[in-house]
Amino acid sequence: MTTTAVDAPKSTLSKIIAAGTHQRVLAFASLVVLLIGFSIASPNFMQTSNMLAILQATSVNGVLAIAVTLVIITGGIDLSVGTMMTFCAVITGVVLTYAGLPLPLGVLAAVLTGALCGACSGSFVAKMAIPPFIATLGMMLILKGLSLVISGTRPIYFNDTPGFSEISRGSLIGEVLPGLPIPNGVLILFIVAGATAYILNRTVLGRYCFALGSNEESVRLSGVNTDRWKIAIYALAGSIVGIAGLLIASRLNSAQPALGLGYELEAIAAVVIGGTSLSGGRGSILGSLIGALIMAVLTNGLRVLSVAQEWQTVVTGAIIILAVYADMMRRKNAK
Amino acid sequence: MLSRRTLVAALSASIAIASAPAAFAQDELYIPLVSKGFQHQFWQAVKSGADQAAEEFGVRITFEGPDNETMVDRQIDMLAAALANNPAAIGFAALDSQAAIPLLRQAHEAGIPVIAFDSGVDSDIPASTATTDNVAAAALAADKMAEFLGGTGKVAVVAHDQTSRTGIDRRDGFLNQIEANYPNIEVVSVQYGAGDQLQSTEVAKAILTANPDLNGMFGTNEGSAIGIVNAAREMGTEGVTIIGYDSGKAQTDAIRAGLMAGAITQNPVGIGYETVKAALAAKNGETLPAVIDTGFYYYDQSNIDNAEIQAVLYD
Repeated sequence: MTTTAVDAPKSTLSKIIAAGTHQRVLAFASLVVLLIGFSIASPNFMQTSNMLAILQATSVNGVLAIAVTLVIITGGIDLSVGTMMTFCAVITGVVLTYAGLPLPLGVLAAVLTGALCGACSGSFVAKMAIPPFIATLGMMLILKGLSLVISGTRPIYFNDTPGFSEISRGSLIGEVLPGLPIPNGVLILFIVAGATAYILNRTVLGRYCFALGSNEESVRLSGVNTDRWKIAIYALAGSIVGIAGLLIASRLNSAQPALGLGYELEAIAAVVIGGTSLSGGRGSILGSLIGALIMAVLTNGLRVLSVAQEWQTVVTGAIIILAVYADMMRRKNAK
Repeated sequence: MLSRRTLVAALSASIAIASAPAAFAQDELYIPLVSKGFQHQFWQAVKSGADQAAEEFGVRITFEGPDNETMVDRQIDMLAAALANNPAAIGFAALDSQAAIPLLRQAHEAGIPVIAFDSGVDSDIPASTATTDNVAAAALAADKMAEFLGGTGKVAVVAHDQTSRTGIDRRDGFLNQIEANYPNIEVVSVQYGAGDQLQSTEVAKAILTANPDLNGMFGTNEGSAIGIVNAAREMGTEGVTIIGYDSGKAQTDAIRAGLMAGAITQNPVGIGYETVKAALAAKNGETLPAVIDTGFYYYDQSNIDNAEIQAVLYD
């Protein structure tokens, strides 16, 4: 089994799917082990309310992880997703609270703002040939600053738009199945995951996403406008970040302008645990989703066990290293 | 396959280690405190007070807070995990009181009393709020100022902001005390420096320039107080009595060096202690006052090294 594929995109894809499956199984097994382990360790862990709390905590990081996955598969990285999420939330605040426009326009504003920011990052990377790490680091700071400027460094509350908090806190599933009040934020996470997985595995855009990460030069030489596709992928990732912005703003019923730094690293951690390779060309949305769930289960479980906060951080770091090491060992053995 | 087994084993081992401390403590009353921060000296002092109370009353506490004061959603996740453990009561210092309301309501419905600490929550759910009485603390600063000035003179205030509860309380506590009790002291200026050292320095310099005959200045938080000290130093001003608020290395240094006459310090240890004590009382169905004053001290060169003061100062 090869880790980098230099042949044509189509045959690469089938190999990627095969390669990704093992890591997903591994990640899923770790998730199950964690769930069982925590359930045995604490009787309070496996309760409906706590499981819902974990899912709720996963929703924002999960959506961010999905967005970053796309960029990482192209061989790039996006450090700006945390502050971009906040920026989208602030713009939604401007549209809904400052301008008093109706709710759907606020939702649209978040997604479009994200797409625009993503397209900017993508252009910096593709057209100006700035390394993704630097381009998105710059974007991260620009967007953090703009959020503070636009909001006047104060949170923007959505009290005048009563339906807004329902986006994340309400439960459509709960209305149909009263025993299962899964918050809408979680439903949105799974819808975003499904849609993105479809785009990645069944469309031209997805195929180029993998191809760019595997061997950008050969794709370019075969006559493909790689710049355009790269910008499109960053823009798609940005619009997904916009959805994360809606989720967090809705959950907090406010756009918190200073929030956002540090969220990009947690999203990247989830992606890596899920088996997406940081060198590009390989990865899956399902893996990132499982990675985000592992992070949330771990954080929540350690808290429920009352592990001191200092140690929670240490354990989380160790798990990231273990997960990636296990993946690398498996690939080495497979060779 | 080997690697998978290794990972699984490692995960199980880490859980086993992690669960060890929790296993023996199931019968004790459990009171989690969800704070605004964790690694800052102020919050560590709050934690040490909470630990003291936990030991004294035989309850088990945990103390958690997000990495910084912007992470509102992380604080909510912490609150959710704390609720999952069926705690006897909860201590909560809200970063954004609105965002936490649904969970606080959930706690309320489950009959889990909530004690707010450090700052209040815009809700009637908390059984009580353990916090510094900023009005009384600033009034003490006014009394000390009047003492230094012999009851007559001109003073100015550099406040950290005009909208937050602490900003308003400290400013008004000082101004009202002067107005009510010291008719010969005139407040010539009240200005705002956002608690930022540099901005407060500029504000204080402007005040000193405009009022060359000024006798005293009061800074309402760490940044404001240090701004005043910087301004006096940069302009070579002498004979202006400076009184500050809170602590921190720069402020305690200024007091030791005689640049600042003294300062008010809150009692973070007391905040932690009173929160746990109140949580236990609320659990036992006792009625609590709406606000528990956790106390404050005035410190200067003479008492800065006393054990009582050292315990509440932080660098």
